[in-house]
Amino acid sequence: MSKNVIASSAVRARKLSADEIAEIEHEMKLYPDKRAVGLEALKIVQKHQGWVSDESLLAIAKYLNIPIADLEGVATFFNLVYRHPVGKNVILFCNSVSCWIMGCDGLREHIKKEVGIDFGETSEDDEFTMIPVPCLGDCDRAPVMMVGSDLHRNLTSEKIDQIISRYRNK
Amino acid sequence: MVNNPLTKNIDMSRPPKDIAAYEAADGYQSIQEIAKGHAPDDVLQLVKDSGLKGRGGAGFPTGLKWSFVPQGENTPAQKYLVVNADEMEPGTFKDRLLMEGDPHLLLEGMIIAAYAIRASKAYIFLRGEYTVSEQALNIAIKEAYERGFLGKNILGTGFDLDIILHTSAGRYICGEETALLNALEGKRANPRAKPPFPQVSGLWGKPTIVNNVETICNLPGILTYGIEWYQSLTKGADHGTKLFGVSGKVKNPGCWELPLGTPIRDLIEGHAQGMQNGLELRAFLPGGGSTDFMSPEHLDLKLDYGEIAKAGSRLATGTMIILDDKTCPVGMIGNLMRFFSHESCGFCTPCRDGLPWVDEIFQGFENGFGNEKDLQILHEHVDYLGPGRTFCALAPGATAPLGSGLKLFKEDFERHIIEKRCPYKL
Repeated sequence: MSKNVIASSAVRARKLSADEIAEIEHEMKLYPDKRAVGLEALKIVQKHQGWVSDESLLAIAKYLNIPIADLEGVATFFNLVYRHPVGKNVILFCNSVSCWIMGCDGLREHIKKEVGIDFGETSEDDEFTMIPVPCLGDCDRAPVMMVGSDLHRNLTSEKIDQIISRYRNK
Repeated sequence: MVNNPLTKNIDMSRPPKDIAAYEAADGYQSIQEIAKGHAPDDVLQLVKDSGLKGRGGAGFPTGLKWSFVPQGENTPAQKYLVVNADEMEPGTFKDRLLMEGDPHLLLEGMIIAAYAIRASKAYIFLRGEYTVSEQALNIAIKEAYERGFLGKNILGTGFDLDIILHTSAGRYICGEETALLNALEGKRANPRAKPPFPQVSGLWGKPTIVNNVETICNLPGILTYGIEWYQSLTKGADHGTKLFGVSGKVKNPGCWELPLGTPIRDLIEGHAQGMQNGLELRAFLPGGGSTDFMSPEHLDLKLDYGEIAKAGSRLATGTMIILDDKTCPVGMIGNLMRFFSHESCGFCTPCRDGLPWVDEIFQGFENGFGNEKDLQILHEHVDYLGPGRTFCALAPGATAPLGSGLKLFKEDFERHIIEKRCPYKL
């Protein structure tokens, strides 16, 4: 890996797709400068590619003409920007205080046992990646977690089994 | 007259009201009224006189905040309104309800606020995980443009306003208003030094007001039904209604709009129907994870900014987290410390290095190797990370449950040390 990292950005930048560029251009109309579009562009690319590779990051920096280091600083700051490949479905597991009181630790163990992943890990079949997330703001129906963009509430081990098999068969 | 202005249109069993249904329920009346010829300063004065205080946590008077925006000649023409919809405070679930349940209420409030401070551009800074809110707001914004409440020369007033929905990508610190502005500018969300305050130099260096979702949602009611009505809603010293929530092991956890000044007991024993069978109320955090513990002896206090402050805590977000007698208080505080440690932006040293140290000590208690020295270090951190010691309010927020918990649950900490294990584990 070390060899690739020092290769020049010009060589390694990915070619952004027409869709990606169109969406980035749309965002550029909403902000007075290009730097403000950086995070939006990272999210757009992630939506299309699943994650933000070095090649994608360099492509965005070049396209917006902003320093690579600045953009990398932003990419690594925000927990919903993935700088590593993730599974097809990302589980955002809430482990904040209300979910903790309602027993989310046991559910985390359950996912560990049944899906074989803990925080920061991806299942062998590439179906699921699980990461912890700050309070999801649905505490009266704790414990909760998101899978992709869907919120799942009042979780139990049985409910998690059903949810997992539903996404697996999608 | 309406007595639940924030939630009168909300019924979560159906989609939110569209613009026609919203207008039929007195919606956007305030904008029609403004268009008849009320100056921005009149609107500002009205909000000042209403006594509305910010609902995001700090409780600062809203009209006063707005009045700090420089106006007139020789001030920047571009001013911004930013709505803080980055709800991430542990145990807080109120802004989600407002945005998913009645997005037009937020938009109407934003038009009022933007008009008062003369901002032609407004951003909603929404946390990325709130996908249902995003959808609801996008539909509502489109409707409001089509109806002429947004865009150029709104209802012939000469006032222009664009609302832009910005979805973020995580990190609790973005809820801190100056960190939020950095995030919106596409930078790492480290808080900024104050002064200058955002009201003078905020987004891209321009005068900016950052208000919480619930604060903004109070505005349509105030303008539509008047100050006298607004001030008649309360049961205490502060004005209006507020969303109050209860989570934890109660029979009926939930979120309700109640008059400020409602006794805490009404909320916990009434609306939330008390503790689950076999459990006793041990303590509670009154307004999210950054507030001091309160105990059952406080149940008859009123949910009012001043009254909660007198008891040594803060009303803050008004969403309570309940600790029962079978849940380990040391574990609960440990969970909060892990959260704050994880969410530190890493910019200033006391927070970046202090919180992980605190977190590690709590792991030690959990695993049976805590000692008296650790307790002393925790006590010291309440001071080292307290107000005035750090760049922003994140670490001082963490010291609220820590400091109050060390006092209130002294015996529990001691038992972890003596028994070399968590006594709540079977």
